[in-house]
Amino acid sequence: MIKRSFFKSKYIPYLLILPQLLITLTFFYWPAIQGLIQSFLLSDPFGRRSTFVWFYNYIELFTDPLYLKSIMITLIFSVLVAGVSLFLGLFIATMANRALKAKAVVRTLLIWPYAVAPAISGILWLFLLHPSYGIVALGIKNWLGIDWNPVLKGSDAMIMVTLASAWKQISYNFVFFVAGMQAIPKSLIEAAAIDGASPLRRFWSITFPLLSPTFFFLSVMNIIYSFFETFGIIHTVTQGGPGGSTNIMVYKVYQDGFVGLNMGASSAQSVVLMSLIILITVIQFKFVEKKVQYTG
Amino acid sequence: MVERTPLLDIFTYLFLMAGILIVGFPIIYSLIAATQTLEDVSKVPMPLIPGDQFWVNMQEAWSRGDLGTQIMNSFIMATGITMGKITISILGAFSIVYFDYRFRAVAFASVFCTLMLPVEVRIMPTYEVAANVLGPLQALWDFLHLNAVVSWFTANEFELALDWSLLDSYTGLILPLIASATCTFLFRQFFLTVPEELCEAAKMDGASPMTFFRKILLPLSKTNIAALVVIEFVYGYNQYLWPLLITTNPKMTTAVIGLQNLIPQADDLPEWNLALGAAILVMLPPVLVVLFMQRWFVKGLIEKEK
Repeated sequence: MIKRSFFKSKYIPYLLILPQLLITLTFFYWPAIQGLIQSFLLSDPFGRRSTFVWFYNYIELFTDPLYLKSIMITLIFSVLVAGVSLFLGLFIATMANRALKAKAVVRTLLIWPYAVAPAISGILWLFLLHPSYGIVALGIKNWLGIDWNPVLKGSDAMIMVTLASAWKQISYNFVFFVAGMQAIPKSLIEAAAIDGASPLRRFWSITFPLLSPTFFFLSVMNIIYSFFETFGIIHTVTQGGPGGSTNIMVYKVYQDGFVGLNMGASSAQSVVLMSLIILITVIQFKFVEKKVQYTG
Repeated sequence: MVERTPLLDIFTYLFLMAGILIVGFPIIYSLIAATQTLEDVSKVPMPLIPGDQFWVNMQEAWSRGDLGTQIMNSFIMATGITMGKITISILGAFSIVYFDYRFRAVAFASVFCTLMLPVEVRIMPTYEVAANVLGPLQALWDFLHLNAVVSWFTANEFELALDWSLLDSYTGLILPLIASATCTFLFRQFFLTVPEELCEAAKMDGASPMTFFRKILLPLSKTNIAALVVIEFVYGYNQYLWPLLITTNPKMTTAVIGLQNLIPQADDLPEWNLALGAAILVMLPPVLVVLFMQRWFVKGLIEKEK
């Protein structure tokens, strides 16, 4: 789209868009194409020569049990993170929406974890869940009688990174849910109340369906968050361990490429991730536009 | 509230307080830990009464982690990313919305396609570009066999070797992260809502495009810019993967990454009081920005994702 009235100039528009295009070409398109090319190449151990090997890297990748496990772990992890943070965010937002008098204070008290870096959130939870010093770990051991040890047990490590990742995301979801609830017309709620619907019934029959666009949008954002931005948490808390039980796909790209220097495999994994995120984006655009839009 | 539900109201506030407590607990607990001596912090469970070692711990953490340098680096990186992103996006959006030229649609599409390609999915190749930013140019040069062409023209042996590494530099920390489709898109959406009459009037008064931009469009965008400043500052400050890749010199590392060295490992003294003290110090700048610019922050967050 363009304005009805616009300027005419031979060179100004090109100059204005040039910095953006230069950066995009250098740091987005060139690397993306390079990655695509490298994913079809196999280099010798000294990195001198590389041969074109068709889909060899991809076939290797998808027959590698470690990679399949990493895909599984990423899926479980993202569903857990999205589930926990969406549930808590929605719950707190519903409560905050009812507590009209304290709204501003509540928002201030809940909003700041968004600004905490994922890696720092990782450090905080690493301490809380530390098998020998952590107070939450102590509670789990004493009250639930579980032998908590995230250093040795994969499932415990997964719970730890999930909590650290979900905690940070609660405030993000909270902000969007509160905004979504404020957009719901008061008259709908009042009409339902006059008809004798209880607060719980009103939530399930009015508020929740009207929040569905927000809910869908947030699910996508939370999944993207747990796919990519949680890198810092994994790196500080578990480094993918123990035994690869928290080695999500992004972390595996880093490990294989940057630590293991296996260029072909790393590039193929990058391409898989890129396709995945393009798919998510397309689904989001298609779905958000058509299906789940109630509010005008 | 539509009707009186005293019991439910009580529960509302109770749940709300419980929620706030759960969200705040990690920080409160870490703050208490940061005030303890090494002896107290390694007790199981750690006493919940704050100790008096806060300043001692902070000073120790500050010097041991070299936090002064690293927070400064983070600050420069965050500011650079914020300013760079906003500048190139607002100019780009101005070009796309207010001019008609041949490659307008192509330019917009090529920027828009990068919307969902975070640096995390193209780690290795982007690192290679950062190791030599002129690499793409060099590749083009070699591809066209321009060495041979120049050698033939000058009748001398000619070899062009372009090399500009961004590793361990502020430019390298900032530049690759400032291309942002979301910001460009946001400004584009906003410019499209600006009344047509403003531009017509400006043209009638003989204003050049850049005068119109400076005198009319920029002041109108003030709130959008403020909102983006908050969001992008937090984004830049909290970057992890990119600085981890391209900095090896501890003097160039950012604070969030430097913290890693303070976490006690299995064989170290369990100096969690220092690690947590440092963590709280490092997280402070973006948290303060968000808290004090809360209104802009919420606006920016919601507008950006529209």
